[in-house]
Amino acid sequence: MCERMTDRVSSCDVLIIGGGPAGLAAAVAARASAARVAIVDDNPGLGGQIWRGEERTPTTPEATEWLRRVRAAGVEFISGARIYDQPADGLLLAETDGGGVIALDYGKLILAAGARERFLPFPGWTLPGVAGAGGLQALVKGGLPIEGRRVVVAGTGPLLLAVAAYLRKRGARVLLIAEQAPREKLLAFGLGLWRSPGKILQAIGLKRQLAGVPLRMGCWPVAAGGDDRLQRVRLRQGDRAWDVECDYLACGFHLLPNTELAVHLGCAVRDGAVQVDELQQTTRPGIYCAGESTGIGGLDVSLIEGQIAGFAATDQPGKARALFAEHARQQRFADLLNQTFVLREELRSLPTANTLVCRCEDISFARLRDQPSWRAAKLHTRCGMGPCQGRICGGAIEFLLGWPAESVRPPVFPVKVGSLLFDHGERRGEDATR
Amino acid sequence: MPDVVTLSVNGRTVSVEPGCTVAAAIARAGAVAFRRSVAGEPRAPLCGMGICFECRVTIDEQPYARSCQIVCREGMDVRTDD
Repeated sequence: MCERMTDRVSSCDVLIIGGGPAGLAAAVAARASAARVAIVDDNPGLGGQIWRGEERTPTTPEATEWLRRVRAAGVEFISGARIYDQPADGLLLAETDGGGVIALDYGKLILAAGARERFLPFPGWTLPGVAGAGGLQALVKGGLPIEGRRVVVAGTGPLLLAVAAYLRKRGARVLLIAEQAPREKLLAFGLGLWRSPGKILQAIGLKRQLAGVPLRMGCWPVAAGGDDRLQRVRLRQGDRAWDVECDYLACGFHLLPNTELAVHLGCAVRDGAVQVDELQQTTRPGIYCAGESTGIGGLDVSLIEGQIAGFAATDQPGKARALFAEHARQQRFADLLNQTFVLREELRSLPTANTLVCRCEDISFARLRDQPSWRAAKLHTRCGMGPCQGRICGGAIEFLLGWPAESVRPPVFPVKVGSLLFDHGERRGEDATR
Repeated sequence: MPDVVTLSVNGRTVSVEPGCTVAAAIARAGAVAFRRSVAGEPRAPLCGMGICFECRVTIDEQPYARSCQIVCREGMDVRTDD
């Protein structure tokens, strides 16, 4: 296992993009065939978002077990590196935090790029103190002080409860959880859990950890206020609206698959998710995709898809097929989940004319809503052309204005000009002497 | 591994435990705004996972560093927009 971060070439049989649950499971499965396997991840450590920091501070036995298996299997881990281009088939370029470039030579590719939160713009959402739900959790895992801070958790999705429980455990005063999904849908979801006893146990555990924290259903944030930083959030539930004084608003509207790299590599995307066959292969032969990028399904689906992809990419189809039944069972839970946390119509009127939608370029909703398309908006306003490249505003605009995401052009991720001038042929020659 | 990592945030010395992100060190140093937006608004981390770029700061004279994804190193010099 090496974790060098200098200019170099890394060669492997199976390259996995993303070290979250799907990537870890794929790596373990692929290593069963004795293939050389490498994981590349933008984050400083393994675990992805859900298991962020688990190697440093273990809290989840399942995470500890998978991380142990990956470490024991002898998988190369390249951290702090972002893929930004594929100059030739079987070769990807990544830039590291230090500005170095790594050329990644691979046989098969498994994309396990996970998901991000969907953000919706409302007045005040750009104030310091307003973060994603998973976003605030990640920041706290990274050492952000939260003890004694007043937090409102809002938005939609099962992540809200997990985040609230985590923040509370770390000493935050979680004032309330506002879930936009209506009570009827949440009750139906709860009843549907009888098929998944494990999920019921998780839910009971969360309920115990959140004892005393009000969960308001059919409730959502309509504005955040404060001078230079968040001081209060205005919530709405039915006809009632009221202000809650707080230090942080942890707000996310479920998750969106990360598909940018897959799109750049020519893999087909349908309904916002990377299209795969039953062996997790994308429409590009030799490129597989597993986990949240193929559609939001949660941890258990990710682990199974990762294993299927890892086995399939290393000519172990029998082992992959043995997991199909379990995959189908877990997928039913995922479908139920996604039906439950559908965004309500009222959220389309969250932004006012002056609300910024594109945070990179400070573009207001008024300037965007009159544009006929993404392309026109980019040309006339620069919306989505800042450093996030539409990753934050894209999901909001799709919901608010109905524009589907545009195709991706390299660099997939903003990089230094020097990285774009990188001559991979020369570097490959150098590697022969290494 | 040392017990603490000491770095500078806007000229102020901050000590954090190893593994702490630069974003966390900035918050501990008491800075609210990580960057100023195009229109001059204060901004702080949103996504916590390296995609929104709202947490970007200058580290050791390198601009555009995403403070939420970078772990503190001894002697780092971190500058926010104000």
